[in-house]
Amino acid sequence: MIEISSVRKSFRDVDVLKGISLTIEDHEIYGIVGQSGAGKSTLLRCINGLEPYDSGEITVDGALVNSRDKSALRGLQKRMGMIFQNFNLLERLDVYGNIALPMKFWGINTRSQESRDKIEELIRLVGLEDKAHMKPRQLSGGQKQRVAIARALVLDPQFLLCDEATSALDPEITKGILALLQKINREMGITVVVVTHQMEVVKQICGRVAFLYNGSVLSQGRPEEMFIKPAEKEIQSFLRDKSELLPRTGVNIQVFFVGEGSNEPVITQMARELGKDFSICWAKLEDFRENVYGSLVLNIDEADREQVCNFLSSKKVAWEVLT
Amino acid sequence: MGIASTTSMTGVILTALWQTLYMVFWSTLLSVLIGFIPAIILTLTAPDGLRPIRPVYEILSFLVNVFRSFPFVILLVLVIPFTRLVVGKAIGTTASIVPLTLSAIPFIARIIETALRETDAGVIEAAKSFGASNWQILWRVYIKESIPRILNGIVLLIISLVGYSAMAGTVGGGGIGDIAIRFGYQQYRTDYLVVCSIILIIFVQLIQMIGNHLYKRLS
Repeated sequence: MIEISSVRKSFRDVDVLKGISLTIEDHEIYGIVGQSGAGKSTLLRCINGLEPYDSGEITVDGALVNSRDKSALRGLQKRMGMIFQNFNLLERLDVYGNIALPMKFWGINTRSQESRDKIEELIRLVGLEDKAHMKPRQLSGGQKQRVAIARALVLDPQFLLCDEATSALDPEITKGILALLQKINREMGITVVVVTHQMEVVKQICGRVAFLYNGSVLSQGRPEEMFIKPAEKEIQSFLRDKSELLPRTGVNIQVFFVGEGSNEPVITQMARELGKDFSICWAKLEDFRENVYGSLVLNIDEADREQVCNFLSSKKVAWEVLT
Repeated sequence: MGIASTTSMTGVILTALWQTLYMVFWSTLLSVLIGFIPAIILTLTAPDGLRPIRPVYEILSFLVNVFRSFPFVILLVLVIPFTRLVVGKAIGTTASIVPLTLSAIPFIARIIETALRETDAGVIEAAKSFGASNWQILWRVYIKESIPRILNGIVLLIISLVGYSAMAGTVGGGGIGDIAIRFGYQQYRTDYLVVCSIILIIFVQLIQMIGNHLYKRLS
C-alpha cells in the first residue's frame, strides 16, 4: 500500500504539488490523471524517490520514502519497478542485456541458471522471444516499451510505476501495452500506478483514479463515476473534444446512460410520447474496462424545455442542461 | 638519383615513421588515460551531473580552457624543465612525448566530457529508479553508453597528434613531419616532401577508416 499524505513540492517559487493526499491499495490499477503540468509525473517521481518532496509523507507499506536516506531508498526502489514515456533503454545493450541491467545494480549474478531462466521467462511474458538479441534501435516503440516492462519486473517488484508509458505510442500499440499491464496486475498481483493524460488508458485499465489539477487532487474515485458525469469544470474541459461544438440556439441537454438506465430506449420513447422535435448533437459510448457507458447531447427548443426535463426526470437516466 | 640514395631515403623515412608512430602511440595512450580523470570529474560535477558541485566544475573547466588555448610551440618550450624531470632529458623522441601528452590531455578531456554528457538523461533516470549507485551509473551507463562517441574523439586526437608531432621536431623528436621540414623544405628535396606527405595522408586515412569501422561495430 502506498500512502501519500499532504505532500508538497515546489521548484524555485512554483508550487508543483500543493498538499496531495491519496492511498493506493495493493493489487489495484491506480490512475493519476490530468493535463500536462498538473504535477502528476512529479508526484510519481516523488513516490519512487527520484525527486525529493518538501513536506508531507509518502510511505510504502509503512516505510517512509526519504531521498536523504540513500540505502533505505534503494531498498524501496527495488520494490518499485518503473517505466517511462521514452522507454529509456540502453542503446548499446540488446534486449536481454537491458532486462538484466537492474540485476547488475543489485550484484545479482546474471549468468546463473536462475537469473537466465527468469530473464527468459520475462522475455516470453512480454512476447519478444525472437528479439532477445536485438538492439533497441531495431525495435518499434511498442516493442521497446515491452523491453522496459520486462526490465522493470526483473527485481520482482511489488509495484509497477508507469510514467506516461503509452503517450509516445499509437492507439493500437497502446491497447497491447495496456493489456500487458493488466495481465501483469492480474496474474502476478503487482500493483500498477499509471500516470497519464490519455482517457483511453484510464478507461481500459484503471480501477480507481485521482484527477490532478494544478498540483491538487480535484477528485478521486472510480473512473466511470468521475468521468461520465463530472461535476468539476476542470474535468469537463479535460474530457471535451474539439469536435464537441454545440449549437448556440435552443437548449442543450446531456443525457447519461450509467448502470441500469443504459439499456432503456429513452430517446425514442421521448420522441413518441412527447411528439417533440429535437436533434442529437453528438453521442458517444465509452468502455470502462468491461462495462459500456454512454452519453448524448440533445438540442431542443426553449419552449419544450420543461416538458423534456420532466420526462427525463421520470426515467432512470441522469441528465443535465449544458450551459 | 642512384640506388644508394634511394636506400638511404627509405632508411631515413622508415626511422621517421617509427618515431612518429612511437610518439603518437604513447601520447595518445597517456593522454586518454589521464584525460579520463578530469572528464569524469567534469561530468559528475556539472550542473546536470550526478553530484553537481559548481565551484569544482567551474574551476576545472576554466583550467581545461586555459591549457587548451596554449599554442603548442610555446608549451613545447615552457615544459622543458618538467620534461627533464620526468624523462631525464629535454631532447629526443621520448622527451617529446611529454609536451605532446600535456597538450593532448585538455583536448581529450573535453572530448570525453562531451561524449559522456551526451548520454540520454532518461536512461540515467531509469538506472536511478532501479536503485543504481552513482558509481554504477558512471560505469554501466555513462561510460559504456558513450564508448562509440569516445572512440570517435580518440580518432580525432590521433589525427591532431600526428600534426603536432611534426612540430616536435623542434625539440629533436624526429618523425615524418620533421623529415618533411628538414629534408624536404630546408634542403629542397621535393622527393622527401612528396613521400612524407603521402605517408601522412595514408596514415590519417587509415586511422579514420579503422575508427569509422569500430564506431559502427560498437554502437
